[in-house]
Amino acid sequence: MDMSIALILGQDGITNGAIYALLALALVLVFAVTRVIFIQQGEFVAYGALTLAMMQAGTVPATVWLLVAMGVLVTVFDAGAALRAGRHRRAAAVAGWNLIYPLALAAIMAMLPVASLPLLVQVFLTLAIVVPMGPQMYRLMYQPVASAPVLILLIVSVALHIAMVGLGLLFFGAEGQRTPAFSDASFELGTLMVSGQTVWVLVVSALLIGALYQFFERTLYGKALRATAINRVGAQLMGISPALAGKLTFFLAAFIGALSGVLIAPITTIYYDTGFLIALKGFVAAIIGGLASYPIAALGALLVGLLESFSSFWASAYKEVIVFTLIIPVLLWRSLNTGHVEEEE
Amino acid sequence: MKLRNTLLAAIGLAFAAGAAQADINVGVVLSATGPAASLGIPEKNTISLLPTTIGGEKVNYIVLDDASDTTTAVKNARKLIDENKVDVLVGSTTSPASLAMIDVVAESRTPMISMAASARIVSPMDDQKRWVFKTPQNDLQMASAIVEHMLANGIKKVAFIGFANAYGEGWHEQFKNLADDKGIQIVANERFNPADTSVTGQALKLMSVKPDAVFIAGSGTPAALPQKSLRERGYKGPIYQTHGVANNDFLRICGKDCEGTLLPVGPVQMARSLPDSHPVKASALKYVEKYEAANGAGSVSSFGAYAWDAGVLLEAAAPVALKNAKPGTAEFRAALRDALEGVKEVAGATGIYTMSAEDHLGLDERSRVMIEIRNGSWSLLK
Repeated sequence: MDMSIALILGQDGITNGAIYALLALALVLVFAVTRVIFIQQGEFVAYGALTLAMMQAGTVPATVWLLVAMGVLVTVFDAGAALRAGRHRRAAAVAGWNLIYPLALAAIMAMLPVASLPLLVQVFLTLAIVVPMGPQMYRLMYQPVASAPVLILLIVSVALHIAMVGLGLLFFGAEGQRTPAFSDASFELGTLMVSGQTVWVLVVSALLIGALYQFFERTLYGKALRATAINRVGAQLMGISPALAGKLTFFLAAFIGALSGVLIAPITTIYYDTGFLIALKGFVAAIIGGLASYPIAALGALLVGLLESFSSFWASAYKEVIVFTLIIPVLLWRSLNTGHVEEEE
Repeated sequence: MKLRNTLLAAIGLAFAAGAAQADINVGVVLSATGPAASLGIPEKNTISLLPTTIGGEKVNYIVLDDASDTTTAVKNARKLIDENKVDVLVGSTTSPASLAMIDVVAESRTPMISMAASARIVSPMDDQKRWVFKTPQNDLQMASAIVEHMLANGIKKVAFIGFANAYGEGWHEQFKNLADDKGIQIVANERFNPADTSVTGQALKLMSVKPDAVFIAGSGTPAALPQKSLRERGYKGPIYQTHGVANNDFLRICGKDCEGTLLPVGPVQMARSLPDSHPVKASALKYVEKYEAANGAGSVSSFGAYAWDAGVLLEAAAPVALKNAKPGTAEFRAALRDALEGVKEVAGATGIYTMSAEDHLGLDERSRVMIEIRNGSWSLLK
C-alpha cells in the first residue's frame, strides 16, 4: 500500500464515517430522551433515498400515502380526544398538521412535474414527506407505551423495523436505485481526487452536527430535551411534556435519517433493505459512545468508517466480521470500567 | 360432517379415477411465491404453454407452489407421487429444493427434471441421481465462455471480485479451475457484500495488481457497484460479469460505466439477434414468440425457458417410453427415465440436449453466447 491508496481509503472511510456519525448521534439522542433503541433509523435512510429516486423517476412517491394513512390515524386519536375535551382549536391544529398537510403534499406531488424540478426542491419535498413520519410514529406506536420497560420499547422497534422493510419492498420494489450527484465538480488535493458529493456529505454532516450543538445549548426546546434525557421525572415536574419531547426527538431522528439517505443515494445503490446495515454500523458507533456520549459516538463512527474501508482493502472477505467484532472489546472495556447501573423502572 | 366427508371422499375418488386413466401425468413443483418468485412465475406461465398431447396421449400438468421453501417442495413432491401418481416430476425452481426432492423421487423411482442451476443436482452421478435431470446450464458452461473469450483476447492476468456468499465462492471455484488449466493467472481475489455501500477498498486492491481484465461475480444490481467504483478510480481495462446481471435494472443502475461489459448469457435472451446459422436460434425463437404472445412483448426470461425445455425433453422422450409401457405404471416411469437419458441433439430454448448415463444435463457450448453492453443495451459478440 502506498500513500495515495491510503489517502483514498481514508477519504472513503471518512465519508462513510460522517454518515454513520449522523446516525449514531440520532440513535444516542433517541435513546437518551425516550429509552427507545431506534432500530428503524436505517429505514428512514432508505425511505429518504428511495423517495427522492421515485420523484426523479417521475412517479408519485408511495411514501406520501403512508404519510396520509398515519396522519389519518393520528387525527382520529388526537383530534377525537381534543373534541371530547372541548378544545376545538387544538383539534383543528391536529387535523391541519396530520390530515391537511399530507393531503396537500400528495396534491403537490400529483400536480407538479416533480421530476423536472431543481434537485434542491426535490430534496426539500423528500424531507417534507419522510420526516413527519417520525413524530407520527412516536405518537402512534410509542406514546401509548412510553413508560414501559426498555425491552418492550425494543420489541416495538423491531416490529416497526420489519413492517417498514416490508412496506419499503411494496413501495419501491426489490431493485436498487441511484440518484444523480448534487454536483459533478471534483477537486484535486495533491494525488487525491475528491468528488463533489463527498464534499457535500462532509459539509452537510459538519453543519448538521454544529446545528444540533447550537440547538441543545442555546434553545429552550433543546434544553428541554437535554433535561428529559438527564432526568425524565424531574423534567416532567418542571413542566416539560414527555410526549412533546418524544415527538421532537423522533422528528430530529427522522430528519437526520432521511437527510443521510438523500446524501448517500448518489454514492451508492440503495435498496429497500439497505438502511438496516448502515444503521447497524451507526449503532456500533453509538455503543462505543455507550449510547450516552455524543462526541465519543461521533469519533466511534469515524473509527467504524475507517476500519471498514481499510479492512475492505486488506481482507475484503472478512470486512463485516471485523467491523462488527469491534463491538466486543468495546463492551468488555465498558463493562469493566463503568459501575453497573440499575435501570429505573 | 359425516356427509361432507363422504362427499369429499367421493370427489377425491372421482379425481383419482380420472388420473388413473392412460393420460401422462406431469407433476410440477415450482416457487410461484416467496423469494424465488421472480424465477418461479415465468416458469409457471410457461407450463401453460407446454404440449397437451404427446405421442397421442393426453398430458395433464398438476402444478403445486412450494413458496420457495425446501420443506414444502419435498411435501409437494411426495403428494404428487403418492396421491396424483404422476409419471414424471418437473421442479423445483431453486437448487436447495431440487436437491431435497432427489430422495423422494429416487425412493419412488420417478424421473425428475429440475429447473435449478446447481451442478450438484445431477453430479456426481449416483444411484439416486440416476432419476434426476436438469435443464439450466451449469455455471461451468458460463465460466468456460468467459475463459474462452479471455484466451481469444490475450488476457493473462485476471483480478477476481465476487459476492461474499455461495454465489461468489461457487464462481471463484469454477473459474479458478478453468483458468488454471488454460494458463490464466488469477492475480487478486476479493469479496464484497450485496448490501455494501462502498467497495472502494476492493477496487483499489484490484487495480494495484495491474490486471489485464477484472471479473465481477455478482448477480443483479449490486454487481454494478464494483464496476462503478473501478471506472470512477480510472480503471480502463475490460470488465467481465456473469449472466446473473443480465436484466434491464442492471443497465439502469450502472449507466455509462457499464459500456463495454462482457458477459455470457443463455441464447434465449438474445434469440432475436442470433445469426440464422446458430443451432439454437429456431428453437429459442419458437419459445420466445409463444411466451410473448401470451404474456406481452419483452416479458420473456431465461427462467421460463428452463421450464419450456423440460417440456421439450418430455416431448422427445415420452413417445419412446410409450412404446414400452403404459403411463401410470412403474414400468412407464422407468422407461421414461431411460428415454430421457437417451435423448440426442434435442433442441430446446436453452441449448442442445444430448444426455448420457453420466451427463444428465447434456448441454454444451451451444448453450451460451457472449454479449457486450453497447450503447446501453445488450449486443451479441461474434
